[in-house]
Amino acid sequence: MPKAAGWRIALIIVFVALSCVYLVPTVVPTLPSWWKGILPKDKISLGLDLQGGTHLVLEVETQKAVEGTLDLVATDLEDTLTSKNLRYKRIGRTGADTVSIVLYEKDTAAAVQQLIKEKYRDYDQVSTVEDGGMIGIQLRMREKDIQERKDKAVAQALETIRNRIDQFGVSEPVIARQGTNQIVVQLPGIKDPQRAIDLIGRTARLEFKLVKEGVSPTGDVIPDDAEVLNEKIVDPVTGAVNETPFVVQKKALITGDLLTDAQVRIDSQFNQPYVAIEFNSLGAKLFDQITAANVGKRFAIVLDNTIYSAPVIRERISGGSAQISGNFTEKTASDLAIVLRAGALPAPVKVIQNVTVGASLGKDSIDKGLMAGAIGVLLVICFMAFYYKLSGMVANLGMVLNIVYLLGALSALGATLTLPGIAAIVLLVGMSVDANVIIFERIREELRLGKAPKAALDAGYDHAFLTIMDSHVTALITAAVLFQFGTGPIKGFAVSLSLGIIINLFTSLTGTRVIFDLFLHKGRVKKMSI
Amino acid sequence: MIEFLGKTNIDFIGKRKYSFVISSLISIIGIIAIVQMSRGAANLGIDFTGGTTVQLKFDRPVPLADARKALHASGITDLELQEIKDGNKLLVKLGKQDHLAVGQAATVIPAAFTKAMPNLQVTVDSTTEIGPAIGDKLRKDTIIAVALSMLGIILYIAWRFDFKFGIGAVVATLHDVLAMFAAYYVTGREFNLLFITAVLTIAGYSLTDTVVVFDRIRENLHKDLKGALHTIFNRSINEVLSRSIITSLTTFLSASALFFFGGEVIHDFSFALLIGIIVGAYSSVFVASPIVILLEQRAQRKQGNTAGAPAHA
Repeated sequence: MPKAAGWRIALIIVFVALSCVYLVPTVVPTLPSWWKGILPKDKISLGLDLQGGTHLVLEVETQKAVEGTLDLVATDLEDTLTSKNLRYKRIGRTGADTVSIVLYEKDTAAAVQQLIKEKYRDYDQVSTVEDGGMIGIQLRMREKDIQERKDKAVAQALETIRNRIDQFGVSEPVIARQGTNQIVVQLPGIKDPQRAIDLIGRTARLEFKLVKEGVSPTGDVIPDDAEVLNEKIVDPVTGAVNETPFVVQKKALITGDLLTDAQVRIDSQFNQPYVAIEFNSLGAKLFDQITAANVGKRFAIVLDNTIYSAPVIRERISGGSAQISGNFTEKTASDLAIVLRAGALPAPVKVIQNVTVGASLGKDSIDKGLMAGAIGVLLVICFMAFYYKLSGMVANLGMVLNIVYLLGALSALGATLTLPGIAAIVLLVGMSVDANVIIFERIREELRLGKAPKAALDAGYDHAFLTIMDSHVTALITAAVLFQFGTGPIKGFAVSLSLGIIINLFTSLTGTRVIFDLFLHKGRVKKMSI
Repeated sequence: MIEFLGKTNIDFIGKRKYSFVISSLISIIGIIAIVQMSRGAANLGIDFTGGTTVQLKFDRPVPLADARKALHASGITDLELQEIKDGNKLLVKLGKQDHLAVGQAATVIPAAFTKAMPNLQVTVDSTTEIGPAIGDKLRKDTIIAVALSMLGIILYIAWRFDFKFGIGAVVATLHDVLAMFAAYYVTGREFNLLFITAVLTIAGYSLTDTVVVFDRIRENLHKDLKGALHTIFNRSINEVLSRSIITSLTTFLSASALFFFGGEVIHDFSFALLIGIIVGAYSSVFVASPIVILLEQRAQRKQGNTAGAPAHA
């Protein structure tokens, strides 16, 4: 055996062994208990396009979170000024970053300014003189705080969505932030994607609002502190939606933040599911006070600006539990309980991308991809063996090594295999023998010039080296660009392709060479099978 | 030794008039395709435009006309239908007018079919819904990706060979890319992200052949300093012809396995690859080398014009 061949053979064998070890977690469904410690556990996972599932991109409407914060400030100021007997004309959010207060008198203005200075230190304050000698005060949120609030909103939304998905029950979901205001959600193997989308995308802002009696919702005059909301009742049989408008107070008396639990219960009388909710101590106290003060009035339970039910308060309710009934099916009731338990999103989210692949199509794709791969490999093997004889078989061996190494590398990286990824592997089968073709043709030329097999081999590899290098580098440039810009399946393609190109460089220049060297090194071979 | 081609002696360079005409035609169609794409007049995938597609599977064949009628009856009118050959499958592409809330399409569309044909079994194979914002971003990313990889290739080839070869290689690569656009456009296939992936893959791959030819030309130029460019180029191409054909052939074989057996998802993708592989082999011989000759001759003429000046070797 030539000396230089020794370490190369060792390298090839070590790489084969490594690839096999790394492939074990992928091939063996349940690892034995002794497979622990330093042995690899990462495996090739299947992309959503192969195992079926849903890929969602959500956009958090972060500006709404900022507006929500400002609305809270406005409400708080209203309460404070009222309790201190400071008269004001109007308090409310204006524009994207400001709360405006309009006061009647200078004296109150001074007091309010002082109060704001103490309470809302982080806001910029500007006073203006309004029409009729009234005083306006503007509270402006600072840009840094706005960004912080937006950032926090996305983080909170991510956490809430994670909670909801955990409770919904999806195995191995991926929930990750992307860019400044997007969240990517991947739900492998999900059966009912639409239900999941509804569950994730719902803001779930729960509010309890008193119904204003004696005001017609269809009339023109709706008081400033009231609004019209619809009660939606979906007929479970026909699916028809029946809407009833109500006039309710704008201000929510209790909100979903005060919940500690929500569970589905079945009404024993009508066999109807409802959602039982539990308040925390503050919520329980508020609920107790409000129901005591408003016996005989209707209390609307509002979720995302739709009234679920508006029952009449028959008596004071203490103990901190209540129930939400509507026309629920068991599924809708359980979804509502999940979103209430997981909490509201800090801002509405919009689903901007939804790619759902059914499990059967995924299965079909895998089967066909593997089939195409097997046929591709077979075609290339046959061709090479036919055209280049024994040397062709050496190239084929190199190709098989290539595939083993590539799968091992993908497994070691815990890469995701997508259908385009399979396509890349099949393509690589064709490309991996290309390097050998270039070398073989050069060897043939050298042989034609009358060189001995050994000399022809050396000349062939030497001359082909730069050409092979060049072609691999250019292919790698585009693969790297694809990797940088691709998402999902395309990224899978780029990963397989780039790894394959690098591995191919090794096997074609080292792997096949060593076999030839073994046969030819003593110069006994007079004729090359090429 | 099995050889498809023995020693050939084809005058490739002499045929450049014909090949330039053919290549120009292909390139012009490719450019038209790109212009039409940017105008939104070509068959653009929802990756780029935003929108909704639903792929359905039935238990028996449903004629396109019936499918259209069923959807119309449920008030969905702005749509495109596309039959998928095997397995009674249908792709429904919704236009912007019938925009449904995200997640709705997977329910509404099959419902329309079961309403019109009550005993039909419908399964939803896949749903893709893409908001317009994503489409815009993808379009921008794609342009950047294509530009970046072209730039990378130009820089690398310019570094490895001299400038004239660099231009030849880049023109050949652009030609291959345009040919893929042309083939997609003429056959009415959908331009989507997978297509762009195929284009970038071929952009990297088709250079292999060009590099093989260039390497040989350079080698022969060094060996034979006095010979006419025309002859040296022709000899070089003839010498490497069989390896160009065989390297393309092996990749062609595996890509055709994808095309025939890979299933509908990557059918068009592998079509693009096949076209790219063929055109790539053609362009390395008929586009890249003649362009280099053209540039060399022009350089020589310039030198001739400044007669009397000492020639720099």
